[in-house]
Amino acid sequence: MITARSAPPAGLVVLVAAIAVFPLVFTNPSITEFGVLTLIYVGAASAWNVFSGFFGSGAYALGLLAGHWRVSGYPVFALLPLCGLIAGAIAVPFGLIALRVRRHTFVVLTIAVFFIFQLMAFNFSFTGGSSGILAPAITMSPQNYNDPFYYIAFAIAALTVVMSIKVRRSRFGLRLLAIRDDEDRARGLGVPVTRIKLTAFIMSAVPVGMLGALWMFFIGQVLPQYGFDPLFDLAVALMAFLGGFGTVSGPVLGALIVEPVQQWLTLEFTSSASLSLIVEGGLFLLVILVMPRGIIPSAAERLKRS
Amino acid sequence: VSVQITGAILDGILGGSVYALMAAGLTLIFGVLDIINIAQGILVVLGAYLSYVLSVHLGIDLFAGLAITVPAMFVIGVGIYWLFIKPLRGYERTAMSLLVTYAVAIIIEGILYQAFGVNFVELQAWYVTATVRVGGYYLPVIYLFAFAMAAVVLAALWVMLYRTRFGRSVRATMQNRTAARLVGIDTDRVAAVCFGIGVAVTAFGAMIFGATNSFNANSGYDLISRLLSIVILGGLGSITGALGAAMFMTTVEALVAIWNPNWATLVYYAALVIVLTWRPTGLLGQRAARAQ
Repeated sequence: MITARSAPPAGLVVLVAAIAVFPLVFTNPSITEFGVLTLIYVGAASAWNVFSGFFGSGAYALGLLAGHWRVSGYPVFALLPLCGLIAGAIAVPFGLIALRVRRHTFVVLTIAVFFIFQLMAFNFSFTGGSSGILAPAITMSPQNYNDPFYYIAFAIAALTVVMSIKVRRSRFGLRLLAIRDDEDRARGLGVPVTRIKLTAFIMSAVPVGMLGALWMFFIGQVLPQYGFDPLFDLAVALMAFLGGFGTVSGPVLGALIVEPVQQWLTLEFTSSASLSLIVEGGLFLLVILVMPRGIIPSAAERLKRS
Repeated sequence: VSVQITGAILDGILGGSVYALMAAGLTLIFGVLDIINIAQGILVVLGAYLSYVLSVHLGIDLFAGLAITVPAMFVIGVGIYWLFIKPLRGYERTAMSLLVTYAVAIIIEGILYQAFGVNFVELQAWYVTATVRVGGYYLPVIYLFAFAMAAVVLAALWVMLYRTRFGRSVRATMQNRTAARLVGIDTDRVAAVCFGIGVAVTAFGAMIFGATNSFNANSGYDLISRLLSIVILGGLGSITGALGAAMFMTTVEALVAIWNPNWATLVYYAALVIVLTWRPTGLLGQRAARAQ
């Protein structure tokens, strides 16, 4: 399936405008806080990266760099690209190992490396062990605290989406799709499989690293169990799947649905976290069984049929 | 020091048999259905809670209780298969199975929280705390029982797979589903029964796990990553591979723990990465890398 479906331009304009004015309409900090977290997930899901190792690496990189150079306040945001590059650099050796294997083995290697990262964060002294690292300080009124984070998360997410659209339309993107459909045949046709896969891997690690750094700055702290959180991986996978495989708009839509639903469930069932788990699992099962190919492809199919 | 090392190896071999019991079902499901059952971790916790209810509320001995928990887990497994796994067809089936079984896992986790709360519990019996002295080493009786049970259960699984008519149809389904259908094997039934057996076998490991660890509904997360790594390291669908990999894991951890317990798990995962880079299909995996 090589047909690239992206949201119609009109819908895209509306979506971008809605996201841009959202904090102006809803000024309540507890609502814009959800906005920031949702946009972070939009970016991560669009990067197709189901590995929180880069997210956590970016978070730790920001804490360590800002601490080392004694940066605080707004200039900290300037460090974000550097944190992304650090995550990209970490992706190189990991990619060279992990991309040699396929499917199940790749999943398990990812899990193994994930635990190695988390355990290192717990056990090394420079990462602060189990008490983690504090984020650099930033002074702002609580009313407007979320706004800069919101718009920077928006910018990173938008750049990631633009990147994935550009990649789809390029020769590089076609080669990636060929590898996805049949790696051995692609290799046989002369596609430099390892190089292409590694490049894609690094390209998706950079935005995730930046988002991790932004998240850490926003939350004010990074702890090993939250910087490297398996639930983050699963949430991102879920968003990408629910939106639909092989689409640009899928992960965006998935994140815009899943994250608010999760936040809402947490709020709705504050007295009983276990009920929210049951409802969440039930909802996901329902969507997966009714729309086995994700929301966008299934809906498109239904439209075509009617 | 050599006493410590021998002790660690003994601990590793005995502890590995428990993990092998928990992972055997996962590798069977992996091999036959080609799906990743993320719910395996929480199913272990569920099995442990079943044993807990039987022993605390009905006063049934942990081993005798297996006569109830194993069939119960079989029914649960077949139910999960018919309701949620069977409807998945063709397109990205393996990837979707990850999400479906994850959704099943969080539902079970939520139900267990509702039923038992967040407090950690542990299974109790005289043999849980008792030790015997064997050649200068004090070995926990529960682990000796676990080892014996693992030997019997895994041998029974092996006999079922390699010496029965049903086992032949299971292996045929593993090798080539379409061809198995063509020669008249009811692959849906084979898959359903295998999923049931895979979950049922877990009940054995679950009981020992509950007796040797305190657990709550959240314990499934740490378990599933270990079980997945054992299954991959051993080679998909290989029960002897799972046994070897489980013992490798616990032995490496026990040996490193002599030097520093904090790094034990990290060294194991690092060893896993190295082995898989060298042998992507696992230690005993016979499947070609081509099988996408």
